[in-house]
Amino acid sequence: MSSEQKILSTDGIPLEESLKQAEKKNKIKAFLLVTPLLLFLIITYIIPIADMFSRSIDDKMVTNMLPKTYKAMEQWDGKELPPEEVFKAFYLDYKILVENKTAGKLQTQLNYEKNGFKSVLKKLARKQKKFEEGNYKEQIMKVHKRWRNVDYWRAIKRRAPAYTYSKYLKGVDMYSNEDGKIVQVAEDRRIHRILWSRTLEVAFFVTLFCFLMAYPIAHLLATLPMKYSNLLMICVLLPFWTSLLVRTASWMILLQQQGLVNDFFVWIGLVTDDNRPEMMYNKTGTYVAMTQILLPFMVLPLYSVMKTISPSLMRAGKSLGATPGVAFFKIYFPLTIPGIGAGCLLVFILAIGYYITPALVGGASGTLISNQIAYHMKSTLDWSFASAMGLMLLTGVLVIYWIYNKLVGVDNIKLG
Amino acid sequence: MALPKYTEPHYRIWHYFYLFICGCVFFFLIAPLFVIFPLSFNAEEFLVFTDGMKRLDPDAFSTRWYKDMVYGTKNPWGLAAKNSFIIAIFATIGSIILGTLAALGLSSRHMPYKGLIMATLISPMIVPLIISGVAIFFFMAKVGLAATHLGIILAHIILGTPFVVITVTATLSGFDHSITRAASSLGSNPFNTFMKITLPLILPGVISGGLFAFVTSFDEVVVVLFLAGLDNTTIPVQMWTGLREQLSPTILAVATCLIVLSILILVTAELLRRRSERLRGINR
Repeated sequence: MSSEQKILSTDGIPLEESLKQAEKKNKIKAFLLVTPLLLFLIITYIIPIADMFSRSIDDKMVTNMLPKTYKAMEQWDGKELPPEEVFKAFYLDYKILVENKTAGKLQTQLNYEKNGFKSVLKKLARKQKKFEEGNYKEQIMKVHKRWRNVDYWRAIKRRAPAYTYSKYLKGVDMYSNEDGKIVQVAEDRRIHRILWSRTLEVAFFVTLFCFLMAYPIAHLLATLPMKYSNLLMICVLLPFWTSLLVRTASWMILLQQQGLVNDFFVWIGLVTDDNRPEMMYNKTGTYVAMTQILLPFMVLPLYSVMKTISPSLMRAGKSLGATPGVAFFKIYFPLTIPGIGAGCLLVFILAIGYYITPALVGGASGTLISNQIAYHMKSTLDWSFASAMGLMLLTGVLVIYWIYNKLVGVDNIKLG
Repeated sequence: MALPKYTEPHYRIWHYFYLFICGCVFFFLIAPLFVIFPLSFNAEEFLVFTDGMKRLDPDAFSTRWYKDMVYGTKNPWGLAAKNSFIIAIFATIGSIILGTLAALGLSSRHMPYKGLIMATLISPMIVPLIISGVAIFFFMAKVGLAATHLGIILAHIILGTPFVVITVTATLSGFDHSITRAASSLGSNPFNTFMKITLPLILPGVISGGLFAFVTSFDEVVVVLFLAGLDNTTIPVQMWTGLREQLSPTILAVATCLIVLSILILVTAELLRRRSERLRGINR
């Protein structure tokens, strides 16, 4: 048998090829197992999230309300007042809107574009019933002198594109003004920026508090003998398994003005009975409740890392002359950094998107960006703005998730 | 842990201080849960400890709120509990089936694009719930499943599968694949091999993932708030409404029942974890 001759499998196919085929078959088999879930998630979850993007830039409302006007405006260069056809088209479009009682939406939308447009349009709605046929330009301009101002017509034209990024600008309290420049809204109306910074602030401090509280107890759990640590572990796991609403409810009872925490403060003489501090429906409530609720998510990753650190390392350090403090900071602490990273990022990601607890104990000064998204979804029904804010939040979370993946790897998440 | 005799005094103080801090944190974690328990037996309508309760006067305690929870005239809890259990059970079954299959595929060493697919599969766990809620609501409204049980079940399968994928993948990481090869070489077909060999070995992981999925569904409120109509109200939605409007002791009675349920789940999960570690040969 020469070395050139290929080794054959029992079927007479060269072995190399046969192995390749088997490999391919295995690959397909593995992929087929994942396919049901992958398809399910892509259809019901990934595509809808992507769809939020098209919803957030969708701006066809005004375009659909003034179809004739925008067709007539195609020829207009925007320098002088538009020609008669545009006036006529606008009159016809607007007449239909007034008859269908949907003119209010247009008035609001155009008022965003140019302040004072609403009253001009309202006056036109009243007067145009008596319009005669022909020469609409003259008739409209007679109703209000602002119709002679080309700025108002430019405002309509600016509203023409069916896609807009204005919702994203609104999310950071900016808008594009009459000249198309991007400027900030008036200082007293910058509510969203306050919410963003508050969300970041709350997430940061909750993460910090969780870390400061979790580190000692994770260390204790990891170093105690098994029979004690199992018992104490229940203190961590029971809240972890308990309903979020139950835990929020218990904080609502504890933190109310006649609640146990205030009773305790009065008892130790910190405050007087008739001067009990308000601890709920503000930021304090949000901080306290969120820290307790998210604490297990910090303890568990820290614990699983600390469990793997051999106690003999600290003993070796001490025997070589390090004080317990030095040994801790030079040996133990650096070894726990993967756990710290995992715990902090997990808590931060959870905290940044928190909704239920701030809504219940946060009051007006303790609500976060998620509450604003829910508000626009349910109350104002401005779904495109809710989508835009949601995607901005999602981008932030994905960046953090990416860092998490780089630092610890998603496969290393441990549960319980 | 006892300190050795030769410990210097200031380290001794430091050590007791450390234990004290740990005690405080454990208290902070667990104590709030136990406030609910006595208050749910309050005879009064107020959510504070009455003087009678502080004296342990038997008249100050009653089970009226539990009776109200079960028999109350306009009580929504019966329907809510039924819905919660139906939704959670079906969502768990769905999550277990889809999640286990996916985990089996993912732990095969032949799997292409493993990292990307894993990241996609567990993304519902990372994306903030409010965004998941908005996206799922848009989808369900488009296909006409908003305000139906099926819609909520599907939504909870989305949220529950990552837990199953993670726990089962973890169980499979210590799995010896030569056993299944041995089974095939002895003439067993793949389905039979899975049912007789693989499944019994990974069962603890599957069940604990299922428990996570169950709790996620049973406790989920953000997505349900978007999706639920009047007929699909669940326990968390009712609690949410109750907590927003008026904190009544009936809610505390429900909360106590939920705490008991979570204790049961905790015990089951803990037993499973130990069994799984024993099966996988991890001894400590």
